[in-house]
Amino acid sequence: MKLDTVSMNLYLKHNIDKACRVIMQEQLDKLGFEYKLIDRGNVYFPKPIPISQYIKLHDALYKYGIEIIDNKKVILVQKVKLLISAMLTNDDLPVMKISAFLSTELQENFRTISHIFTEVCYISIENFIIIHKIELVKQLLMIDHLSLTEISFKLHYSSVAHLSNQFKKVTGLTPSIFQKLAHRKRKHQAAAIN
Amino acid sequence: MYPDTLHILLAEDDQDDRMLFTNVFDEVKMNHMLHICEDGLSLMKYLQNTEETPHILFLDLNMPEKSGIDCLKEIKNDPRLKDITIAIYSSFSIPSTIEQTFVLGANVYIKKPNDFENLRKILTEIIYINWQYMTDGLNKENFMMNY
Repeated sequence: MKLDTVSMNLYLKHNIDKACRVIMQEQLDKLGFEYKLIDRGNVYFPKPIPISQYIKLHDALYKYGIEIIDNKKVILVQKVKLLISAMLTNDDLPVMKISAFLSTELQENFRTISHIFTEVCYISIENFIIIHKIELVKQLLMIDHLSLTEISFKLHYSSVAHLSNQFKKVTGLTPSIFQKLAHRKRKHQAAAIN
Repeated sequence: MYPDTLHILLAEDDQDDRMLFTNVFDEVKMNHMLHICEDGLSLMKYLQNTEETPHILFLDLNMPEKSGIDCLKEIKNDPRLKDITIAIYSSFSIPSTIEQTFVLGANVYIKKPNDFENLRKILTEIIYINWQYMTDGLNKENFMMNY
């Protein structure tokens, strides 16, 4: 029978378990991991693997319809959020560039961190920080009755004008209008309860 | 840790605006569900009967029979509904009205922009910022934005 002149159908039988194992082994070997294949749904790594390698593995396996069931990205994002919140609320931490701070603390390239953060949170790290800083400003405006100058100093703004502009840009309101409305809202709520 | 799906509710009596909103939401990357009510009465009826309250409501201020302000008041007086994020949407931008909606508990006031691109930007931003309030335990009392 000449294969190239006659059209034909081939009928195949799959050994799914073996196929999966081979794909897993090939991809894991290619990335140079130390690992042990427990079964086709479970790989054991004796050493921690860096996020960048993890992402490569994730993408390599995804091509074959194999998905890693894990929330390593979510865990990284939580760490980033905790670090940012510590940085914003702790006066003792050194004032340094956030990119340098995060990559030092997490031992990871900032671009990788930033990419994962946006994928999970839908906003950039920079925007996340701005939103959270403005939230702190709002809290301080409501609780401590600090002046705007004091607040801008406390949160390391370069000037009151910078703080006011950022506040207006994010909320569409000036700090003083926000303060007025928030107080009126509280009064309204208190009256509704009584 | 995070809700799987964002529930969005839209109350808008104008058919063209409903189309605009739907088009924008189609582009939102987040997993979401959209329900639309065509006036204030059906909005309140829907909210009274639904088991899963929406995460965010886009509420047109000017609707026949029951206005957006009336709906806002009723929602904020209902313990089961009062935590829904409310984004008011209007063709007008009258300072006293804007202030009234914030005092009554609205979180966002949107003056209807003239072009689609701007609307898209605003709505997407609101959805993502609201997500931060939902997932990061920010104080919703201080959630006030004016577009």
